[in-house]
Amino acid sequence: MTPYLSLSIWVPIVAGLAVLVVGRDRDAAFARWIALAGAVAGFLVTIPLYAHFDTSTSAMQFVEYASWIPRFGIHYHLGVDGISVLFILLNSLMTVLVVWAGWEVITTRVAQYMAAFLIMSGLVNGVFCALDGILFYVYFEAMLIPMYLIIGVWGGPNRVYAAMKFFLYTLLGSLLMLVALIYLYSVSESFEILQWYKVPLEMGAQIPLWIAFFLAFAVKVPMWPVHTWLPDAHVEAPTGGSVVLAAITLKIGAYGFVRFILPILPDASRLLSGFVIALSLIAVIYIGFVALAQSDMKKLIAYSSISHMGFVTLGFFLYSQLGVEGALAQMLSHGFVSAAMFLCVGVMYDRMHSRRIADYGGVVNTMPKFAAFMMLFAMANAGLPGTSGFVGEFLVILAAVKANFWLGFAAAVTLILGAAYTLWMYKRVIFGPVANVNVAKLTDIGRREFWLLAVLAVAVLGMGIWPRPFIDVMHVSVADLLQTVARSKL
Amino acid sequence: MTMRDLYLLVPLAPLAASVVVGLFGPKLGRRLSHWLCIVGVAVSFLASIAIARDVHAGHVFNGDVYTWLASGSFKMAVGFLIDPLTATMLIVVTFVSLMVHVYTVGYMADDPGYTRFFSYISLFTFSMLMLVMSNNFMQLFFGWEAVGLVSYLLIGFWFERPTAIYANLKAFLANRVGDFGFVLGIGLVLAYFGSLDYAPVFARAGSMAATTISPWGGTEWSLMTAICICLFIGAMGKSAQVPLHVWLPDSMEGPTPISALIHAATMVTAGIFMVARMSPLFEWSETALSFVTVIGATTALFMAFLGIVQNDIKRVVAYSTLSQLGYMTVALGVSAYSAAIFHLMTHAFFKALLFLGAGSVIIAMHHEQDLRRMGGLRRYMPITYVTAVVGSLALAGIPPFAGFYSKDAIIEAVALSHVGGHRYAYFAVMAGVFVTAFYSFRMLFLAFHGEERFRAHAAPNAHGHDPGHDAHAHDAGPPRESPWVITVPLVLLAIPSVFAGWAFVQPMLFGDWFGNSIFVREPHAVLGELKSEWHGPLAFALHGLASAPFWLAIAGIATAAYLYLVNPAMPARIAARFRAIDALLDNKYYFDRFNDWFFAGGARWLGNFASNYGDRTIIDGWVVNGSARLVGMASRAFRRIQSGFVYHYAFMMIVGVFGLLYWWGVR
Repeated sequence: MTPYLSLSIWVPIVAGLAVLVVGRDRDAAFARWIALAGAVAGFLVTIPLYAHFDTSTSAMQFVEYASWIPRFGIHYHLGVDGISVLFILLNSLMTVLVVWAGWEVITTRVAQYMAAFLIMSGLVNGVFCALDGILFYVYFEAMLIPMYLIIGVWGGPNRVYAAMKFFLYTLLGSLLMLVALIYLYSVSESFEILQWYKVPLEMGAQIPLWIAFFLAFAVKVPMWPVHTWLPDAHVEAPTGGSVVLAAITLKIGAYGFVRFILPILPDASRLLSGFVIALSLIAVIYIGFVALAQSDMKKLIAYSSISHMGFVTLGFFLYSQLGVEGALAQMLSHGFVSAAMFLCVGVMYDRMHSRRIADYGGVVNTMPKFAAFMMLFAMANAGLPGTSGFVGEFLVILAAVKANFWLGFAAAVTLILGAAYTLWMYKRVIFGPVANVNVAKLTDIGRREFWLLAVLAVAVLGMGIWPRPFIDVMHVSVADLLQTVARSKL
Repeated sequence: MTMRDLYLLVPLAPLAASVVVGLFGPKLGRRLSHWLCIVGVAVSFLASIAIARDVHAGHVFNGDVYTWLASGSFKMAVGFLIDPLTATMLIVVTFVSLMVHVYTVGYMADDPGYTRFFSYISLFTFSMLMLVMSNNFMQLFFGWEAVGLVSYLLIGFWFERPTAIYANLKAFLANRVGDFGFVLGIGLVLAYFGSLDYAPVFARAGSMAATTISPWGGTEWSLMTAICICLFIGAMGKSAQVPLHVWLPDSMEGPTPISALIHAATMVTAGIFMVARMSPLFEWSETALSFVTVIGATTALFMAFLGIVQNDIKRVVAYSTLSQLGYMTVALGVSAYSAAIFHLMTHAFFKALLFLGAGSVIIAMHHEQDLRRMGGLRRYMPITYVTAVVGSLALAGIPPFAGFYSKDAIIEAVALSHVGGHRYAYFAVMAGVFVTAFYSFRMLFLAFHGEERFRAHAAPNAHGHDPGHDAHAHDAGPPRESPWVITVPLVLLAIPSVFAGWAFVQPMLFGDWFGNSIFVREPHAVLGELKSEWHGPLAFALHGLASAPFWLAIAGIATAAYLYLVNPAMPARIAARFRAIDALLDNKYYFDRFNDWFFAGGARWLGNFASNYGDRTIIDGWVVNGSARLVGMASRAFRRIQSGFVYHYAFMMIVGVFGLLYWWGVR
């Protein structure tokens, strides 16, 4: 059997190393083409994961198992289920888009830039399919390095502060996770994540473990109040960095909840579910208001990301098929939509070198095609039916009303807030008469930008009009997860 | 071709036209673009007629097209419910849409966004059709939001105008407030019925009537009341009921054809249609019905007052639309669902007619919309004038025009009702008749009669509204009748404005027109009671001549004639005499100002507060950077300890030894 999972990890990493080796700043074009070839190859090897995926079983598929550090029982153990498989595809697709998005925009240290994204992509795929705790941890931590470099090297003027903040914030969380992993090893004598699902744990052990995992993943999601690294990181990161950050890395935090926290610590999770739900709703409402007040487009979208991710954590802790599937749908959709929104800001930034809303106005007059794309993505961000943004929000709101009317009430506030901050920004940036000479000089999107946005537009509309192919993949695994969570470990 | 294919054809024909024109419009050119869209809607219209005939032959269809999503034990599908109610809506929507498509060819002739406009209105038609054809709540919400989207795009069609892009954002957000309730209603339906398809939900509604929920401790709410009020909040947004009506007058910033199509005839009636569709739910909640009645009555009367003081020709029609939507809502509240749909239909015809007539006037006046600068136009635009008279008579409810039958049926139904608030509603709809007749003829007289005030103000395009039309704003000759693409739709809409009343009153209100698609419980069957007094349309009209509403309408027309034809100086004197009321009306009861201050301003303030204090000061300032500073301070402090002097270390050791001794000693 072809080791598709290993390929999905190592094809981009090897391609990235190859780019590093052969790429010189003199012939950046060569580096670009190798990077693109690597990214496309990396995406192609993930397609069989979906095409050959068996939706009738919750067992791990495409499993690879090899001994790595036998002394501690650490294995190179990979596998995907209905929860993780789609994220590998999403990530690999995003890598292609990001490499392509940086095509003409990045002119310094091209090879290193492309390599960072390719290596990052492989590591992220590793996170999503690792079934060994230490293997997961290695990928999880290693992933920080390319991201740190992307922000720190190709970022904006305040990039060092942002990169440090990003690094320290996430490192703080994940160190506690390492302790938790080692504790779990000590009680189960194994680093197998699936083994941990079955190991009995006292409440006294579950709660500290829960806190450790929660901190690690909540920072990544990010949940209120450990979210303040994200706006800074987004503002300073180059467009590609923002895209990967929003579309992919935030998903890793949420993925941690369903891979670790819920199934390994079901009793603590139930005990603390009210706490998580409260934080999620704060993210939805409070952060929604914060987004409204932003004057920087990237910050606004960053806050909107936090608000949307609030739906993900809310959906997980409602303990219903509808809620969890809605949350996963929201994760996928947010991958498309936030990526598209950041690309849109990037398109404008490349021309105007400003992210301030006040510097724009009437962009539609000079960039009509771009304005049409951005309208679609703005509407998706506001959760309009027919776009992917609707699916997750709708399912989670329905699940929330089912759980408790007032939960649904609070969650549904996003219908108003999401539309308010997104469309108000759209109005100020895109509509109106031409605001200044710089806007008057804008040129509409070129062919590369057009197709970049078109791919995402197809994804956003496709998932909105027919989400079933996405959701059907998840069913059995989510049902199995909910059964695991329902079993007490005490 | 089977009926199923025909059902699919109805929405897909306009969608295909919209997509093709939207993507390739500039390449196809204007002629091909508008032909594609017109043919698309015409196909839809013809298919709708075929479907209506089939439905009235007894063929009701309820089936899914494809499964949108399945989760857990239930599925959400895109599917069609084709019953008499849907068929009626299909005819109304496609007919008005077709008229507006043709009219647009003339109205938008000089606009640079010509093909974009056609793409939008075809997309709108598709969305509206999906809404009325839905067989489940999910797709209803889909259509619901999609028409809202197109409305947003069309209000902001002239995106360079600050007022237009303010209005479209306002419209979208006001509608979202409604959708907020709507989604919660859908959520409750799913939570308690376990399905989002109409059929199983409606079938079980009766057995759930006694179910209560307790949203907070100690209180018991009827489930049906909660569901219906939540759903109705959605209708209040879309159908512009007080207090969510604020977006509709501003929506007049959009081009006139869409004011006719979207903001008068079809989209704004989606809420009315929805409640009628949900009659099997609303019938089980007295509370919800009286809520609907009171809101509708308030809208009907108080929005009509505002129509009196408007000087913009389109805004007069807009407030009249608000008021008429209130009438429909009252009809829903008193369980006269078929009367509401009947009025929805006649109103679609005569209101689209009035809007398109207003548009014809606006073109002739070179995009002047101020009534004070018109006058005497009947001599120049005879076709527009005659059709406007027909529309106004229908609106005022003069027999035998269409509006008379539908409005009188509503008033009679309110009179017979016993739902909470019915007395207030009766007063409101009666008083509303006078006001309606008054403002509609005020508009008619100001525009078409009296002295020709436009000559004095022939300043080129002083109040220019439509950019892109400046070309002929400068050769401001005498007003001319509009071209045939504009007058033919007017005439075609005038015909049903005259005949649709007496032709359909018997089958729709007292016959079996709606079959099982509308459900009325016995205690609410006001139309059934009315039926006992029914002796045919002619007798109804003759009876109408002897009843109060007719004389109120005549009084309204007479008052308007006196004030605006006989004694034109009078209105200003009245306004000066009752300055407080005039100011109240002029400021639209201060709704806009309150919303701008409280909701928009409040949200911005809260956002700034949360951003500056919550995020920047507390989390980042105190916690994040604070802990960094704390580490810094601690390390500075600890650095002191490592002074390098031996006697410091020795001293600390001695202190330590004493400390340990003390600790052991005390223990």
